[in-house]
Amino acid sequence: MNRRTTISFAECTARERLALLVDANSFHEWLPPAQRVTSTHLAQLGVPSAFDDGVAIGHAQLAGRTVFIAAQEGEFMGGGVGEVHGAKLVGMLRRAITGTERPHAVLILAESGGVRLHEANAGLIAVSEVMRALLDVRSAGIRVVVLIGGSNGCFGGMGIVARCADWVVMSDTGRLAMSGPEVIEASHGVQEYDSRDRALVWRTSGGKHRWICGDCDVLVEDDVMAFREAAIAAISPDGDSSQPRPATLITLESLEQEHALLTARLALLPDHVVGDEAVALWKLYGLGNAGDVAEMNVESLLTQRPTGSQI
Amino acid sequence: MQATVWNTKVVNRAQRLARAAEALGKNLTSKRVATDAVVTLLESVLAPKDRVCLEGNNQKQADFLAQSLMKVDPQRINGLHMVQSVLALPEHLDLFEAGIASRLDFSFSGPQGVRLAKLVSAGQIEIGAIHTYLELFARYFVDLTPKVALIAAHAADAAGNLYTGPNTEDTPAIVEATAFSGGIVIAQVNEWVDGTTTKLPRVDIPADWVDFVVLAPRPNFIEPLFTRDPAQISEIQVLMAMMAIKGIYSEYGVQRLNHGIGFDTAAIELLLPTYAESLGLKGKICSHWALNPHPALIPAIEAGWVQSVHSFGSELGMEEYIRARPDVFFTGADGSLRSNRAFCQAAGHYACDLFIGSTLQIDLDGNSSTATLGRISGFGGAPNMGADARGRRHVSPTWLKAGQQARAGRPGAAGTPRGQKLVVQMVETFREHMQPAFVERLDAWTLQEQAGMELPPIMIYGDDVTHILTEEGIANLLLCRTDAEREQAIRGVAGYTPVGLGRDRKMVENLRDRGIIQRPEDLGINPREANRNLLAARNMRDLVRASGGLYSPPKRFRNW
Amino acid sequence: MTDIPVGLETLRFVFAGHRPTGVFAPVLVGVVGSGNLEVLLEPREGSGCELHIETSARGFGSIWEAVARDFHERHQLAGIRVSVNDMGATPAVVSLRLDQAVTELVL
Repeated sequence: MNRRTTISFAECTARERLALLVDANSFHEWLPPAQRVTSTHLAQLGVPSAFDDGVAIGHAQLAGRTVFIAAQEGEFMGGGVGEVHGAKLVGMLRRAITGTERPHAVLILAESGGVRLHEANAGLIAVSEVMRALLDVRSAGIRVVVLIGGSNGCFGGMGIVARCADWVVMSDTGRLAMSGPEVIEASHGVQEYDSRDRALVWRTSGGKHRWICGDCDVLVEDDVMAFREAAIAAISPDGDSSQPRPATLITLESLEQEHALLTARLALLPDHVVGDEAVALWKLYGLGNAGDVAEMNVESLLTQRPTGSQI
Repeated sequence: MQATVWNTKVVNRAQRLARAAEALGKNLTSKRVATDAVVTLLESVLAPKDRVCLEGNNQKQADFLAQSLMKVDPQRINGLHMVQSVLALPEHLDLFEAGIASRLDFSFSGPQGVRLAKLVSAGQIEIGAIHTYLELFARYFVDLTPKVALIAAHAADAAGNLYTGPNTEDTPAIVEATAFSGGIVIAQVNEWVDGTTTKLPRVDIPADWVDFVVLAPRPNFIEPLFTRDPAQISEIQVLMAMMAIKGIYSEYGVQRLNHGIGFDTAAIELLLPTYAESLGLKGKICSHWALNPHPALIPAIEAGWVQSVHSFGSELGMEEYIRARPDVFFTGADGSLRSNRAFCQAAGHYACDLFIGSTLQIDLDGNSSTATLGRISGFGGAPNMGADARGRRHVSPTWLKAGQQARAGRPGAAGTPRGQKLVVQMVETFREHMQPAFVERLDAWTLQEQAGMELPPIMIYGDDVTHILTEEGIANLLLCRTDAEREQAIRGVAGYTPVGLGRDRKMVENLRDRGIIQRPEDLGINPREANRNLLAARNMRDLVRASGGLYSPPKRFRNW
Repeated sequence: MTDIPVGLETLRFVFAGHRPTGVFAPVLVGVVGSGNLEVLLEPREGSGCELHIETSARGFGSIWEAVARDFHERHQLAGIRVSVNDMGATPAVVSLRLDQAVTELVL
């Protein structure tokens, strides 16, 4: 009988992930459920609210270091960011800069479809405020780490938020993109993108693809402990354990480098590709057995490209 | 005086074959018909009012032949009497709208149920009868013998031998009846082999039984119907599966069984290597199966629970796993699965001691139905599995125990000692949209009125049902001796549905004291222990890993 | 179901409790997803057991009452408020979550 030694990150609720990721019993929640800081929009639409509006925020210890942490609940409204949900994220981010205790890092366990459309403009504004607050935290020199591994993935405005962070950790079952598969199919037709071809969806937005392309920094198994180890490594400085690992500075130069990289990536594939395009792209990233990537486990893939994308 | 003629079928067959040879000319080489001449073939071989069997199996479809049949001239070919297992493709019903076919005998129409109901009420289809699979095959040898069979095979050689492979399904039964009554057999295939450089992996249907073979432009359609993603199994389904294992499988020592498809039965399959193992049941239950190759059974097979599986059909993605486990599955010398729906139905009927499956509605007599308004969906094979096999004579401890529970203390004929098959209906008390599964009156009665049927379409009759299992507990109908006891036993597990809330509390308590109703606690099961961590595989990837990478799920089931 | 106003349905049940829960940190179980619910337990003044339910599945008041009654019969808690946000969970899931929540109470 196979004894289960891993805890699936995807199977856990947001609160379970949070509790298992940080040091035991170290999570202190701000605006906990009992305070009922809930959406002001959903009731009038006949939709039930959640006591925490789908996100838990607070501070905790991670390998003994203080971090601020948020976990989005993907099962509630698809993890969509509403006004209150967004305000909680923004509050946590601002507190990192203006609060009495400066955290070593800020962690976001992201699982979201993006803006909570039910809340319309309030949701849009909320997400953009999250982006601004996150960039302010980085400017203040505090690292922001996003961890993605829920079954709903990280899409829409939250996909953009994730890429605004210093560091992204993904499992291979996680997904990161802007537009969701159904939206792509609806806009461009099923011949272009069949959203029910789930293998295709994961080839184009899943953790392995993102890691190969360099859109995520660390690839892990769907295992809470693997995420914990990756989070600790993300905030730990090399060697010196007393100083936090600083945020990567965003400069005009670094932005222009990023633009150049993306421009080059757009031009990588020829107009007409024989076979699967993702596999063709992975070959160009230097993977000899690109066709096997989908079936490989994370450990095998990591041995192929131990240092991530060179392009 | 004219002597009686006894060989009209032989003569008629020869005439049809001659017509075909003349019409096809160079498009016919031995038995091989050119792909673009198939309509000519059909028009020359068929005659109005012929009885035609078109392979609408549960899984594979002779789709090219169905599409080609739609192209015949309705002036020449019309009024056909279609006999087929399943109405799966739109073309199956298009034939009736086009007037090419007018009468239908079938078993299951799941995907086409709504449209079928509409065509019936518009008078465009005359239904002879709705059957179970085995019943329909049986009638092919009595009074529904096909004159022409349009079948699907994977490959043919130059002589006309056919390889039907893993999805052999209904083909042997259909071809046997047709070929040996002067009928004509036409097969569509995905591949030719020349017989010298490439050979058939094995011969499933001998060339002697086949008249024409045509290469289809696309591989024939097959649906993966028996794959269930473990990620969708809920805690309630885990709870019910635990009760099934402890309250029934263990209690009666069920070694030989059939599972209807569903998430609840998938949960049972996935609890064998974990929960059932912890109860010390390995080797004592679930050794022999009449079952399609459910991916959810992989962990139990790998853990050594399963001695044999005979299958009705195959399942996409399981081919290599099956090939690597010939000790378990029925495979040919070539290594690939051989399924056979007729024999598997017979196995489920006579050689299994338990059937367990889900349903949509149960009434106070225990009658169970999946009929819903506005839809004629038929029965498939469930009634073959979910019925007591009264012709059975060999004993097993399970069968004897069930029979003893049913008959002890009964006088007369009803008390003559015999065994009984366990027929378990496993259902949550509420379905989607808070529809109660327990009702005072089945929709089947209304459907009977609407569709003008002689009987309400009941899937499993109450007097065959031995146990009803819900999240609230198990009702053992074998132990009930009166209709009142039976009614309260059903109400006693019907939860908060109106039927359940209408229970006589005292009677239900009494039934519980007598063990006729068992709650999870009575079985030593704490509902809070029923969580998904007990499942041997919790997602598709776990199943792939359990199979050592041999199982390859279809694209729609992947999330990595 | 047509006389229920559009929107969420709110239900409230209060029972006389017998087993005091005392002071405890609030307990939350479950998630507000389709077919699911969350349950929040908090201390409450007095000896009653109050259930406060908000649900998107309207018109099932009598079933909620039966479920609530059976819950109280099982646990007989006093001085507790049970708050539920429900998105169409079946009574089986509701009872399961309520019992899970009580299990998390350290009494």
